[in-house]
Amino acid sequence: MSGEPILRFEDVSKVYSLPAGDVVALDHVSLTVEPGEFIAVMGPSGSGKSTLLNMMGCLDVPTTGKIYLSGQEISGMSDDDLTRLRRDHIGFVFQQFNLIPLLSALENVEFPIVLARGREESRQRATEVLAAVHLDDALFSHRPGELSGGEQQRVAIARALANDPDLILCDEPTGNLDTKTGTAIMDLLAAENRRGKTVVMVTHDPRIAAYARRTIRIVDGRLV
Amino acid sequence: MIFLSFALRNLRRHWFRSLLSVIGIVVGVAAIASLGILGGSINLLVANLISDVGDTIVITPHTAIGGTFAGDPRTAVDATLSSREVDDIRRAAGPYRAIPVLQGADEVEFGRGETGYTRVIGLDPEDIPVLLRLEDGRYPRQNQPGALVGTYLAREYGLSPGSRITVGGEDLRVAGVLAERGFAVDINPDYAIVVPEGWYTGHFGTRDGYAMVIVRVGDIAAIDEVKDAVDNRLNRREDVVDIVDSREMLGQYQDIYDQITVFLLGIGGISLLVAAVNILNVMYIAVTERVSEIGVMRSIGVMRSEVLRIFLYEALILGVAGSAVGGVLSAAVGYAASVAAIGVFTAGTTFGEGFAVFNTTAVGYIVFGMAFGIGTSALAGFYPAWKAARLRPVEAMRHA
Repeated sequence: MSGEPILRFEDVSKVYSLPAGDVVALDHVSLTVEPGEFIAVMGPSGSGKSTLLNMMGCLDVPTTGKIYLSGQEISGMSDDDLTRLRRDHIGFVFQQFNLIPLLSALENVEFPIVLARGREESRQRATEVLAAVHLDDALFSHRPGELSGGEQQRVAIARALANDPDLILCDEPTGNLDTKTGTAIMDLLAAENRRGKTVVMVTHDPRIAAYARRTIRIVDGRLV
Repeated sequence: MIFLSFALRNLRRHWFRSLLSVIGIVVGVAAIASLGILGGSINLLVANLISDVGDTIVITPHTAIGGTFAGDPRTAVDATLSSREVDDIRRAAGPYRAIPVLQGADEVEFGRGETGYTRVIGLDPEDIPVLLRLEDGRYPRQNQPGALVGTYLAREYGLSPGSRITVGGEDLRVAGVLAERGFAVDINPDYAIVVPEGWYTGHFGTRDGYAMVIVRVGDIAAIDEVKDAVDNRLNRREDVVDIVDSREMLGQYQDIYDQITVFLLGIGGISLLVAAVNILNVMYIAVTERVSEIGVMRSIGVMRSEVLRIFLYEALILGVAGSAVGGVLSAAVGYAASVAAIGVFTAGTTFGEGFAVFNTTAVGYIVFGMAFGIGTSALAGFYPAWKAARLRPVEAMRHA
């Protein structure tokens, strides 16, 4: 692993075929992300930020070009292999929090742990991670619908951290939060970065982007 | 196990919808199982009612249109066998006993001023003990006339050996009461009067009007041989007689009741099909409204096969719950329906007494109904589950 970039895009393009014609979401993008980096991806709406993030998260595959995750090329992988990669090596934080409404805060964090390692010690691990994101114990048994936006995003970050991933991908993590809560969430992500996690974050808010140590700008699918 | 509890929670989230699906399965399973039980009971009952099996050949006058099934109304054409034909049958039957039967009807007075039009059967007194068993009294003899009355007739009019009846104005003493015979393939004397042949011909003034000849073969292996012999002798130039053996007739009855069972099962099957469509619909809605949730689950590391499992579990839980309740319900409904049907089928007889509705067949139908319910649910749940599993995570999440 040493010296290997955590992510490498080699001339990656993504073209969506729509009835109105082809849409080029990513246009010959090459980039590398080194372990421990904190990167903000900025650009106007529709510029391809989210597509880039999805590719980084193995949620989508490129039309042309190659993507290496810790040196492993992902384009030839089966769906199950990609799923395993996401489960074990990548944590996602979404703008809409995207917690599972049926599960309590604790269970939402426990879920990926159970998927990866089974039930043993999953509860203890989930409790630790929730404590690390400073969620009040009293809220552990609450369903997402009973939590505030900031609390939900804390749970979502805890879920992303649950399997101790190398890479945390955030799509507008503060987009649905007020400034104060947003700052608290960003402090959490910055703390995780300091602890060695690689963070890539899509945002269009310069104040949020300021937390990152490097900013990638994207316009019309090209890096600028 | 986590996926099972997931499925359970999802079902509870929409408990009313789940309940409706379960009710659909309950009705379907209960219908298929209880109708199966009903059909099975009727079948068993009929097998019980048909008393003699295997060794009887019945030879009736040929009816051009009637085929060979005695229950066909077209066979009820007034045709008879002549004495010469009866002699021919006797010769063809060789060592086996051929019993010619006279059959008519007349107005009968039962002593207490009650009258009724009743079937009268004339038999050679020597043949009577071969064919019919007594419940009470004695058999009539050629020189000592007397009538035998069917058990239901005796019960209804309070007749016993020694009672006096009048047949078409002629007095006759009751010699004995016949034992219950049920749906025999040859004659059904339970509601009839049996008199010696001599008295019958004297009374009705006929000699040649035999309704049928019954051949008691005694040996099942010889049945085809005797049938062929009769057929060769009498039906050489044109069909004069129809020849049916009891096995065949039993088979024909069995066929009819088997068809009834299939028909009843078909009705049950249709209701289960409706329930299956309902489950398909419910599961489809469940998948559609949870598309973005499926996307999130896939993004955090849930495999396709695991998504498939979640939704299949949901369908199976509905199916198992519905089938369990349906199975219990069908036991009750099947029992009640069978008891009612047996009541109708055996009205006024004692054949229904001691008839056990719950037997291995009934249990078999319940198990079959439940298995069918669970299988149908799984099948109905599979397509939506498969669709859910095929969703691409990115597109699914965008669905929110």
